[in-house]
Amino acid sequence: MADIRGAAVRFEKVQKSYDGENLVVKDLNLDIAPGEFLTMLGPSGSGKTTCLMMLAGFEPATHGEIFLNDKPINNVPPYKRGIGMVFQNYALFPHMSVAENLAFPLQIRKMNKTDQQAKVKRALEMVELGAFGNRRPAQLSGGQQQRVAVARALVFDPELVLMDEPLGALDKQLREQMQYEIKHIHENLGVSVVYVTHDQTEALTMSDRVAVFEDGVIQQLSPPDVLYESPKNSFVAQFIGENNKLHGKVTKIAKGVCEVTLDDGTKLKAEPVNVSAVGDPTTISLRPERVEFDNPDKLDNTVKGKILEILYLGDHLRVVMSVAGNPEFIVKVRNRGIKRPLEEGKTYSIGWSAEDCKALDFSG
Amino acid sequence: MAGLYCPVCNPKGENYMKLKTILMSTAAAGLMLGGTSVAVNSASHGMAPCEGCTDSLTVVSWGGAYQNSQVKAYSEPYAEATGVKFVWDESSNEAVAKLRAMNEAGNVTWDLVDVVASDAIRLCDEGLAMEIDADNDLADAPDGTKASEDFGDLMVSGCFVPQIVYSTTFGYRTDVADWGGKKPESICDVFDLENFPGKRSLEKRPINNMEWALICDGVAKDEVYDVLATPEGVQKALDKLGTIKDSVVWWSAGAETPQLLADGEVVMGSTYNGRLFSVIEEQKQPVAMLWDAQVFDLDGWIVPAGLPADRLARVKHFLKYATDTQRLADQAKYISYGPARKSSAPLVGKHAELGIDMAPHMPTDPNNAKNTFLYNYEWWADNRDDLDAKFQAWLAQ
Amino acid sequence: MADAAVSGTKTVLTTHDGKPLKVSLAKALRREKLRALMLIAPLLLFILLSFIMPIADMLFRSVENGIVAETLPKTVVALKNWDPASGEAPGEDVFAALHDDMKVAVAEKTHTRLGSRLNYDQPGISSLFRKSGRRIGRMKEGDYKQQFLDIDDGWGSVENWTTIKRLSPTITDSYFLASVDAERGADGIERKPENERIYILLFVRTILLSMAITVSCILLGYPIAYLLANLPVRTSNLLMILVLLPFWTSLLVRTSAWKVLLQQQGVINDVLVWIGLIDDAGRLVMINNMTGTIIAMTHILLPFMILPLFSVMKTISPSYVRAAKSMGATDWTTFWRIYFPNTVPGIGAGSILVFILAIGYYITPELVGGTSGVFISNRIAYHISSSLNWGLAAALGTILLVLVLALYWVYDRIVGIDNVKLG
Repeated sequence: MADIRGAAVRFEKVQKSYDGENLVVKDLNLDIAPGEFLTMLGPSGSGKTTCLMMLAGFEPATHGEIFLNDKPINNVPPYKRGIGMVFQNYALFPHMSVAENLAFPLQIRKMNKTDQQAKVKRALEMVELGAFGNRRPAQLSGGQQQRVAVARALVFDPELVLMDEPLGALDKQLREQMQYEIKHIHENLGVSVVYVTHDQTEALTMSDRVAVFEDGVIQQLSPPDVLYESPKNSFVAQFIGENNKLHGKVTKIAKGVCEVTLDDGTKLKAEPVNVSAVGDPTTISLRPERVEFDNPDKLDNTVKGKILEILYLGDHLRVVMSVAGNPEFIVKVRNRGIKRPLEEGKTYSIGWSAEDCKALDFSG
Repeated sequence: MAGLYCPVCNPKGENYMKLKTILMSTAAAGLMLGGTSVAVNSASHGMAPCEGCTDSLTVVSWGGAYQNSQVKAYSEPYAEATGVKFVWDESSNEAVAKLRAMNEAGNVTWDLVDVVASDAIRLCDEGLAMEIDADNDLADAPDGTKASEDFGDLMVSGCFVPQIVYSTTFGYRTDVADWGGKKPESICDVFDLENFPGKRSLEKRPINNMEWALICDGVAKDEVYDVLATPEGVQKALDKLGTIKDSVVWWSAGAETPQLLADGEVVMGSTYNGRLFSVIEEQKQPVAMLWDAQVFDLDGWIVPAGLPADRLARVKHFLKYATDTQRLADQAKYISYGPARKSSAPLVGKHAELGIDMAPHMPTDPNNAKNTFLYNYEWWADNRDDLDAKFQAWLAQ
Repeated sequence: MADAAVSGTKTVLTTHDGKPLKVSLAKALRREKLRALMLIAPLLLFILLSFIMPIADMLFRSVENGIVAETLPKTVVALKNWDPASGEAPGEDVFAALHDDMKVAVAEKTHTRLGSRLNYDQPGISSLFRKSGRRIGRMKEGDYKQQFLDIDDGWGSVENWTTIKRLSPTITDSYFLASVDAERGADGIERKPENERIYILLFVRTILLSMAITVSCILLGYPIAYLLANLPVRTSNLLMILVLLPFWTSLLVRTSAWKVLLQQQGVINDVLVWIGLIDDAGRLVMINNMTGTIIAMTHILLPFMILPLFSVMKTISPSYVRAAKSMGATDWTTFWRIYFPNTVPGIGAGSILVFILAIGYYITPELVGGTSGVFISNRIAYHISSSLNWGLAAALGTILLVLVLALYWVYDRIVGIDNVKLG
């Protein structure tokens, strides 16, 4: 990836420290392709927002270089970078009307009045707020303000738009709707988007690629499906989606498959991801929806487990089991009516295939 | 009653001259006996017991060194003898307004108030101060002279018991290079910018300044108020002051001139003689007194009208003690103001801390009082508002 | 609360028991309102006692003038028939009435107080009353006019009598006329002679100087408030203490400190002479004039500008600035178009505070203002504590109050009073 020519953004060996003692961003290398929607995902304090601020120019990089369209921008002030930005709290100017907010970047660029008005009108229509131009931001709902903020970041046709947790302040339903709208706008305009969030669903649904941040380092940079299906380590597996953890030791290893003996003696076949030798401690990661109650004997792994609790969630049942010494083992069962009712307190055989079962680095 | 009311009723009449004579003779007596005065033990002063009296007193004074001299000379020995608790309020400069407000509110919290004579006259006029029967309420002199005679014409109002004679006069720096060794000797040197260049400080009110201006503009001393009573006379005084207006720093608090002199901000300035004494003798600044045309004024006690009986009894008991011959003489140990009783003058001794003879520092000392000017209370009571308006308008221009 | 039956637009909504809904609602709310009123009652009472009543008292005093009619009731009636234009003093009937009135007044000791009051308008009249009061007991019956004239020929003066007659009504405009340098002469209201005009000059100066102080507070306070709002907490706390320091120092100490710094032999002049910027003869006059007042008052009032500015700036999200810059605005454009407009409510609140406080200050101008830096408040203070002319002080105070309200109105028209924020 690191050798893409003509990357829209390139981070090269970027490091950042605020206090001279701790590195917030450690050796960041990242290329973002033109037109790509890249999400920086991670818990708070993982360094993702700092990366965004360095890209926008509000924080200087302590070391390394950032390139925009192959030009180094470390010494370019923010107002010369031409990057659109959407903030978590929208940052709409309270003393200007919606239309004035949108016209602001155009005025700065000394565009003539007629063109300004046309652009503002088009931008407002794009976010379906054509009739709200004369309102003050405070007179709009949160979702409307968010749309204005997006429109303002795009109105001056930047090639790159940064979004810093833009949907964090909205309620769930509105958030989902806005995810769709932003994705839609991105597809229509073809701009590059760097999107920062701590919400994995948002990252999975919107992005071309997701960079998972933890402790100032990108743990994995992959398209959403790869991220979900093939997590590179237990942090990513844990952070993305739901996940069952089983601890054990590698007892056999071959190409593409290994045997892991769990702490209670159960032996499982798994796909080795970052274990290399017999005796390595490992944590097995298994998605709850990959566990089968039907014909478990035909699958690579078969174990017995006792059902502790069943939660009815409409489209699926969420079954909490005690499996191989793990009392929080989750199984998601597709709701197929009342064909085979499961009962709490009874023991069942369950199974899964070796490729759904990843042997990752050990994490307590 | 009417006879007691105002002894200085005719401003230009015989009473006015008598006041001056008395002041002079007081001073002369002080000079003769000043060095050899006999200390009278205050404890030997027989004090009658006070019956039906409160055991605390709220006394209003000016604060600072002056109030301190009163505490040392009057209230400390009195408290020692009687156990009375003193509460001091430093509000004398706004006593008239506050007393009027207290009176309107019907709650006078003060027992005894130290004011200048002109304020005492006003408080008496307004019915805010109680009339005092000098011979009954105040102590006789040691030789049996009645108090009214001992205070004489200094009792300028029936409500007023004078304590001290002070003067408003000039001090000048003794180290001004521009003066070429000359020293100001006459009041008119204040108006002489040619021989005595430099800034002067004058009080931000017409009283005294107008008189000095007229005297230095050639008006005879005893005609000053006649001239000042005419619009032309006022203009004449203001014109004379106008010749030095650009070189004047105007003060409104008595402490300003001493500070300005000490800092070298002004080369000469008017203030109360006691303030200058402390700059010269206590702070040892290169400042000297210009006693010429000093203006005498009086400061003393009034008792607010309408005090309840127990408080009034205590006030009268204290007042009798605090204004007797020895107490007034004692006060001069702490501050260079002349006692208002004739009989006190011979008892004036040395300064309590500096140990210097106080008599030569009294404004009434014959050497200092070669040329004095008497402030005409009656005339100013009539013309203060009018002249002040004109003076302030002139200042603001 | 109510099960409203809706059966058409004109039907009155009622509760279950048939009462109109509005009545029920008002009843339910009344108790809450009453409780709320009880809670604020102490404050209301306090405001009434400490704010409304003194102002009402001031307004009353500025026109009240019952003293003449109360002290000289008979004389006032007798004077009705006297025409000042006749050029002669009133006749025997008036003097007889005066004698009767004076006898009562002397017994009650009110004649000298009346004398002081009349003396504000006619210099010399106070001694007339004081003197006559002493002799009134010795007067013989008959030919009072001559007896009064014997006491003081001031009683023969038409001017004195005109003053008494003019001030006979219980309501007077004389205080207000004096407040605007006018008086009632023979031909109605006229301006005072030039050498007695002072108050209009002082009003104008007070307002101009207060504005200058407000502007200098904005200029000095704005950067400090900005620093306070944007520095790390520990540094800004330290700076805040420095800002608040003037609040904790007594007024006189602060003023004395300014004297030490600003006077001609003071620290600043010494330094300027030492570095050779000015020569010894050309020391700057920075105190006892307008400059002194502006400097000292700016220092004293600066916190009142900084605090509202600071609390408003605190609420301005740093993302506004970032957003503007991301859209291509330079530092200056960002400040002027985005940051500054959002601080205007703070400037407004600070300016109103500083201006109104400045307009009422008198101790500091008295100490450092010399003659050219004193305010109208200094004259008000003088009339309250020295001349005891409380009527004039009240009239001056009333005019000052009206001026402040007028400026407030102008401010509302220009800036809008809802555009004021304390944080």
